[in-house]
Amino acid sequence: MALLQIAEPGQAAAPHEHKLAAGIDLGTTNSLVASVRSGTPETLPDEQGEHILPSVVAYTPSGVLVGNEALANAHADALNTISSVKRLMGRGVEDLRLLGDELPYDFAQTDSAVPRIRTRAGDVSPVEVSAEILKVLGKRAESALGGELTGVVVTVPAYFDDAQRQATKDAATLAGLRVFRLLNEPTAAAIAYGLDKGADGIHAIYDLGGGTFDISILRLNRGVFEVMSTGGDSALGGDDFDRAIAEWIMQQAGIERPDSTVQAALMRAARHAKETLTTQQVAAIELEQPAWKGSLDLGTFNGLIDALVRKTISACRRALRDAGIMADEVEDVVMVGGSTRVPRVRELVGQFFGREPLVDIDPDRVVAIGAAIQADILAGNKPDEEMLLLDVNPLSLGIETMGGLVEKIIPRNTTIPVARAQEFTTFKDGQTAMAVHVVQGERELVDDCRSLARFELRGIPPMVAGAARIRVTYRIDADGLLEVEAEEQTQGVRASIEVKPSYGLSDNEIADMLRSSVEHAHDDMEARKLREQQVEGDRVIEALVAALEADGDELLNPEERGRIDAELAKLRKLVAGTDANAIEQGIKTLENACDFYVERRMNSNIRKAMAGHSVNEFEQEAD
Amino acid sequence: MLDLSKNFFELFGLPVSYTIDNTALRERYRELQRSVHPDRYANASQQEQRLAMQGSTYINEAFETLKDPLGRAQYMLRLLGVDVDADKETTKDTAFLMEQLELREALSEIRSQPDPLGAIGDFVDTVSGKLNHVIHEMAADFENPSTDRLDAIRENVRKMQFLRKLHQEAETVEAELEEELL
Repeated sequence: MALLQIAEPGQAAAPHEHKLAAGIDLGTTNSLVASVRSGTPETLPDEQGEHILPSVVAYTPSGVLVGNEALANAHADALNTISSVKRLMGRGVEDLRLLGDELPYDFAQTDSAVPRIRTRAGDVSPVEVSAEILKVLGKRAESALGGELTGVVVTVPAYFDDAQRQATKDAATLAGLRVFRLLNEPTAAAIAYGLDKGADGIHAIYDLGGGTFDISILRLNRGVFEVMSTGGDSALGGDDFDRAIAEWIMQQAGIERPDSTVQAALMRAARHAKETLTTQQVAAIELEQPAWKGSLDLGTFNGLIDALVRKTISACRRALRDAGIMADEVEDVVMVGGSTRVPRVRELVGQFFGREPLVDIDPDRVVAIGAAIQADILAGNKPDEEMLLLDVNPLSLGIETMGGLVEKIIPRNTTIPVARAQEFTTFKDGQTAMAVHVVQGERELVDDCRSLARFELRGIPPMVAGAARIRVTYRIDADGLLEVEAEEQTQGVRASIEVKPSYGLSDNEIADMLRSSVEHAHDDMEARKLREQQVEGDRVIEALVAALEADGDELLNPEERGRIDAELAKLRKLVAGTDANAIEQGIKTLENACDFYVERRMNSNIRKAMAGHSVNEFEQEAD
Repeated sequence: MLDLSKNFFELFGLPVSYTIDNTALRERYRELQRSVHPDRYANASQQEQRLAMQGSTYINEAFETLKDPLGRAQYMLRLLGVDVDADKETTKDTAFLMEQLELREALSEIRSQPDPLGAIGDFVDTVSGKLNHVIHEMAADFENPSTDRLDAIRENVRKMQFLRKLHQEAETVEAELEEELL
């Protein structure tokens, strides 16, 4: 039962405006958008009443189509219809070889590290394709909610690596959305299941989507979700089941080298058979070209996918080990993702954890709903909400050392945000530069890990070998994104560099794309910039006013308060005007003027958090 | 932003002691994160977001350090003014080193045992037992850290690093065996 809240006298909460926010599940096969309306999280339908948007983008002579319309285009024009693009997010040209011939697209020959798909509309990157899907969902939310979105939470598989996360965030930025947070899909599902409603204990979230698999072990304690461990495979999902069926059909029908049209037909037939087998014992399969009829029974299907499902069980075992617990300590197993409808999956997961998995919420919608709840909280609509997520990084981050070995700097399953530093030294006398190679993965050899970034630290003062002290710092923020810095320390030479791993897009590239896209002609860009700065200005003003109301009198003397109020008034005036640059400058000036106040607030919050304890303990100690 | 003059124990409102109340530590950790985590400032100004990120990172570091028996020992040595960085020299306890060699040899031969899964389970337990023994010794020494006892603690920190590494490797072998045999 929810407790009624009573405000302290004199601290009556200012009636605050409800901010529009949405949660987006950007899936391999399907995408959804959800929002909290009148206290209830729900997925939002399009004008035809459809909630699910197939993650398919078609580049047609008459423009870009997304969703079902694009899907309808696939038969006629497979090469210009992009589906499952999530599998390419954050992947380099090199990685495409690993995915093999599974992707029926025409890849452009390019020097860039990011693959580009050749389409009628020119070469497009996976980030751009994803941005098309996000744009449609963003617009859908804005028209359903009747206003501009303050921000969104976009979900990613927990097992997504840094490059894949960065690419996802870039896609949202390119779609013109402000990202509050990237949220791990299993964590989103945990929120949606209302595990925060008193179900303290350890929970496992098994998330098998179209193209990715995640397992997360969470501990819930009075509204705080602590992710204990996470694992999975960012290239394993229901698509692989389809492919296994398609290969089986090819064998049965004697098809050897299907062209892209036949391949698309095979995949459709396979998907249909898989869906039928979630409720039936046998699925009839019929191909038109080449003409073939047959049937697939559940037993044969189970045999085809058994190895794939067992791979997910191995990952569950690893995740339990990382969390330091046994399978019987898990209280609930929550099933997420359309592929958990496959009976064999439910059976093996149930066997492994020794309990019936939970399937109460539609596995297709549960992630979007969780994201919407989190977006609502991050937008500031629930100032008294107790819920908090403490997530982890899914893969170890390391640095290349002599001999092609990896030294781990941040091990996997470390709670984020986190910063870790390690010192290195020079190998040769007079060495003035050092190569830093950032890698991700669990293996000991650099070649077996994923390369995220390389950079050189130059300007090291010449010294004998082993005398220099180079401090390399890895930082992961709350979105799970990495930043690396290297600094020479002995002689006070602060040569440092910050890198962002390179599979996403640079800020400049994003700006260029925004600029070049047809929708944003020059005037639009100016108007857009002004609008952006006004929104940002309003946000800063609003945040400051709320802060001042809460504790301005307590933390500021009249003189300090006067200074801040004066700057605040200046920015208000600028925001009402039309000079984007002046607003930008005004925001900076106001922020600088508030530096000391912000610090005081943060410290005061911490004191308040600890207040209950300290008082008691000091009393005890005084006895 | 956070008051850096406070040590990690003070930050969590706990007494400076090697023996730690894990329940209280965990509880205070959650409360502190509730007040500074970046999610609480998603809609605040950039500087507040930056400070929240730093604060949350710092609290994570403090928590990781205090909950880990090795990290906690190293941190307490630093508080007592012992230069842990200069502690790169290895232990000179030859009996201990001999035992390490023997343990490593046993680990490398575990796959040829009749019941490798059972054997590796026992092996991990043995190493855990040795780690616990070291932790108990350190707890007693930290009660009254005289110069002699500080030396004993430093020695145990070095031993613990050996045992940790061995424990990790044994767990890796255990994981591999489970993958192969289950």
